[in-house]
Amino acid sequence: MQDKLIIALSKGRIFKETLPFLKAAGIEPEDDPEHSRKLILDTNQEDVKLLVIRATDVPTYVEHGGADLGVAGKDVLMEHGGSGVYEPLDLRIARCRLMVAGQPDVDLEGSRRLRVATKFVNSARRYFADKGQQVEVIKLYGSMELAPLVGLADCIVDLVDTGGTLKANGLVPLEHICDISSRLIVNKASMKMKQARVRQLMNAMSAVVPRGD
Amino acid sequence: MTLMKRWLLPEGVEEALPEEAEWLEAARRELIDMYRHWGYELVFPPFIEYLDSLLSGAGPDLDLQTFKITDQLSGRMLGVRPDITPQVARIDAHRLNRSEPTRLCYLGTVLRTRPTSLGGSRSPLQVGAEIYGHEGKASDVEILSLMLETLELCGIEDIHIDIGHSGIYRQVAKEFGIDQEDSDQLFEMLQRKAVPEIRDFVTELALNNEQRQLLVELALMNGDSEMLMDARRQFAFSERIVGYLDTLSSLAQITEERFPEVNVHFDLAELRGFHYETGIVFSAYTSGEGAEIARGGRYDGIGRDFGRDRAAVGFSTDLKTLQKLSSKHFGFQARKVWAPDWQEESLLAFIQERRRQGDIVIHSLDGDFEQSKAMGCTHYIVNRDGQWSVEELG
Repeated sequence: MQDKLIIALSKGRIFKETLPFLKAAGIEPEDDPEHSRKLILDTNQEDVKLLVIRATDVPTYVEHGGADLGVAGKDVLMEHGGSGVYEPLDLRIARCRLMVAGQPDVDLEGSRRLRVATKFVNSARRYFADKGQQVEVIKLYGSMELAPLVGLADCIVDLVDTGGTLKANGLVPLEHICDISSRLIVNKASMKMKQARVRQLMNAMSAVVPRGD
Repeated sequence: MTLMKRWLLPEGVEEALPEEAEWLEAARRELIDMYRHWGYELVFPPFIEYLDSLLSGAGPDLDLQTFKITDQLSGRMLGVRPDITPQVARIDAHRLNRSEPTRLCYLGTVLRTRPTSLGGSRSPLQVGAEIYGHEGKASDVEILSLMLETLELCGIEDIHIDIGHSGIYRQVAKEFGIDQEDSDQLFEMLQRKAVPEIRDFVTELALNNEQRQLLVELALMNGDSEMLMDARRQFAFSERIVGYLDTLSSLAQITEERFPEVNVHFDLAELRGFHYETGIVFSAYTSGEGAEIARGGRYDGIGRDFGRDRAAVGFSTDLKTLQKLSSKHFGFQARKVWAPDWQEESLLAFIQERRRQGDIVIHSLDGDFEQSKAMGCTHYIVNRDGQWSVEELG
């Protein structure tokens, strides 16, 4: 008997860009999450289901075993922290950069304690601590670009793709923290108990990871 | 906090209500009895002790997990135990000081600042057993077997065992000349099997390509005995690592023979508690649970800080987790008998006799027979022609 597999994905870009990988493993969803309100999607394989959840929840579901595998951005994993899940494969999709950004004239090295607005509080705190800098982190849930404009913060830490949103709001990228892309993550118990199945899927997906830079 | 919420318990701290408590107590008795029959002596280490001794041998792993308070008598820091293992090691090394192999077992509540799994308990009921003073396969096998017996006794089905050896990574790092700091970072990545990060990280190290490739592959060296054969070829350059792999395969073979229904799996990159463990490491999983349910391994030298370097191997598990996953009904087999509230000599003697024979006898306080069923009684005591007897409740 084959083991049942549950794969957690987030709606939107990650879902769309993960489809070719699933297809390479012979898995195709029966529904499109953009048009369906179902949270558990059936696939062409009876024993494979897809969970459609919020990106930040993907590591939680996988760590807890609610899903055997998942696809999550490195930004989400760094924020989630710990070593609760395996991250064996970089799918090189949904790529962008985690950056410090602010108004062009901002002084990041000043003696005053820097106020940093971000959704990625743990990653921001760790980045500045590694630089030896004490900062005040202000947690926001979105539209971070606004914070430096209204004087709520000196700079922001956010994902930057093309830089369009920054530019439109008069901000510039200042420091590059790290490159981000999506990873295949695996529940620890599933990696062991469904080893053959998980490995088969990993191999099929890894074969179609785009090469380059 | 408003008055209304006084009943709230802290997160991750739970209590056992009668039904659960009965399961736990019944399981506890059977387990401790089983350990006794295997020759393990029960010890009760203190709930709280000096932080230094609580954390020694175990390294920094447990520090953040420990609740701390200042001792008003000595001014020193005390810790509430987050793990009983180091305490038992202290008992073996310092208090018992025997030269022959010593088998000890323990059961008690531990307290952790954070739950080890999401939504998990911060006050597990830890139960475990240890062998001190023996190095080698015989004690590894005994501890692993006892762990499996423990899981089976508690009604855990579909058990998967994951076996690894912390010596493999340690030896690779040593032979490749990787320094402590790099080795610690790499260790952290191996724990997450973060292949992409490992690949980036090893390019910075002074290694040849073959060595780099081997470190990347180590992360995914998990699977059945076929994988182990493959690993044996890859690690052929190190006699010591091949020796470790042979240890693993013979341990797995014995386990499969003795416990045919248990699935055995290897993971050469599983290094949980690396600073602590020095040899074989193993953990148990069961379907429906995303985290390990029991773990064990060898941690020779844990007694060093207490003045005595002794080989040690042991396992531990959380009885409350096992209860949650158990398919077994544990409980005391006894009928519950209602007795009228009279204080007559003959009735009291009859009640005593029934209790001695194993019945649960509830001596009514107010004679209200209506309550007997609500109290869960299936029988009652009645006087028929001057003779007390037990009859079934209608």
